[in-house]
Amino acid sequence: MTWTQYLAPLLKGAQVTVMISLASITFGVILAFAAGIARMSSNRFVSGLAFVYIALFRGTPLLVQLFWFYYALPLIGISFDPITTGIMTLSLLTGAFGAEVVRGALLAVPNTQLEAARALNFSKRYTLWHISMPQAIIEMMPPFGNLAIQNLKDTALVSLISIADLTFQAQSMRNITLDSATVYTLTLVGYFIIALCLMLIVRFIEMKLRRGPAFPRGAHT
Amino acid sequence: MMYGYAWDTTTPLTFAISILPILGIGLLVTLKAAAVGYAIALVFGLVLALLRRSKIKIVAWTVAGFTEFVRDTPLLVQLFFLYYVLPDFGIVLPAFMTGALALGLQYSAYTSEVYRGGIDAVPRGQWEAATALNLSRLHTYRNIVVPQMIPRIVPALGNYLVSMLKETPVLSVVTVLDMLGLANMIGERTFEYLVPLSMVGLIFLPMTLICSALIYAVERALPKTGIPLR
Repeated sequence: MTWTQYLAPLLKGAQVTVMISLASITFGVILAFAAGIARMSSNRFVSGLAFVYIALFRGTPLLVQLFWFYYALPLIGISFDPITTGIMTLSLLTGAFGAEVVRGALLAVPNTQLEAARALNFSKRYTLWHISMPQAIIEMMPPFGNLAIQNLKDTALVSLISIADLTFQAQSMRNITLDSATVYTLTLVGYFIIALCLMLIVRFIEMKLRRGPAFPRGAHT
Repeated sequence: MMYGYAWDTTTPLTFAISILPILGIGLLVTLKAAAVGYAIALVFGLVLALLRRSKIKIVAWTVAGFTEFVRDTPLLVQLFFLYYVLPDFGIVLPAFMTGALALGLQYSAYTSEVYRGGIDAVPRGQWEAATALNLSRLHTYRNIVVPQMIPRIVPALGNYLVSMLKETPVLSVVTVLDMLGLANMIGERTFEYLVPLSMVGLIFLPMTLICSALIYAVERALPKTGIPLR
């Protein structure tokens, strides 16, 4: 077998990887906004719930979460198929990290603007969505870009719950051919190419969002 | 029965308590892997950062490309690469060392960026002043750059220690018997995954929280010399 023959199965795996990554980034971003905004709520219960969610998923290893959802949950009668489990776990993790990004960006909106909004008698909701968010969302893009790459790298772990992603295909190709160097080099290059595409997409979205004046960069960490 | 400790599956609570000593042995492996990996990351990352500042363009570019590549590819695949490919070149390491090496390699790509940022934060004027004063390169780094760099890089380096700690369970995939590896083995033997896996999560949670708190304390205790932090 020559290395060109490895490409077909690896590409099939890459498709699964891209699918899982895009799905979990999408759900993760939704969760991130939900949890990030909930964290800033004045309602103690809501912000407490968001805090527990964020701490729980940021504080434990992804692999443990993945195995927990895959092996442990079915024992108390809740089970999903591997793909759902994988996407769910990755979304929850990305959402927890993203929530801190959302919160940080919202907190970095200058206080004077919020005071001005109050003086103009804007409602809290209006202030959030029409004053804070349009500025904060631009600041969120670079850290969200990093999270997207992290998410892509994390998808490799779903191969361990029997999802036929790029890493899984690489493992089975290696077991057939024993040609470890070629198989894993191709796999690493595959991930690198997907990562570069992800970066381009994030850059593109950032460019689209960057209209109008933003508050000074580096105003938050 | 594992490492001479028997488990008691009568209730989840007794089960959880009875497997604690076994998980404790795994915890030591986890901590050791993180320590070795972090040491590699700190040293090798510095080497990468310095090479990237090399005047020879090819060296600088190669290092930049390598760093970017390692940063953007999964630890698991890098681990498989080292685990299966190194023996082909006659380098046979124990699984633990391969794992620690993979961790160290991945994080050296991160730490090198941190070092680079720290070095770049020293204003040009200070480098020029050092040249004007005829200070040697070593002298410039030791007495001017490094003291100003440290308070800037410690927070980021600390965060990477915490995230590395959380990535060590991946080593269980290549037969390293860390906490997760042992929890899986207990699960296989007792058909009870819920308790061992939950215990691993429950042990990790305070560990990462305490680590973060410690890093925050160190960060506050460091003297902030030189150019002001923003």
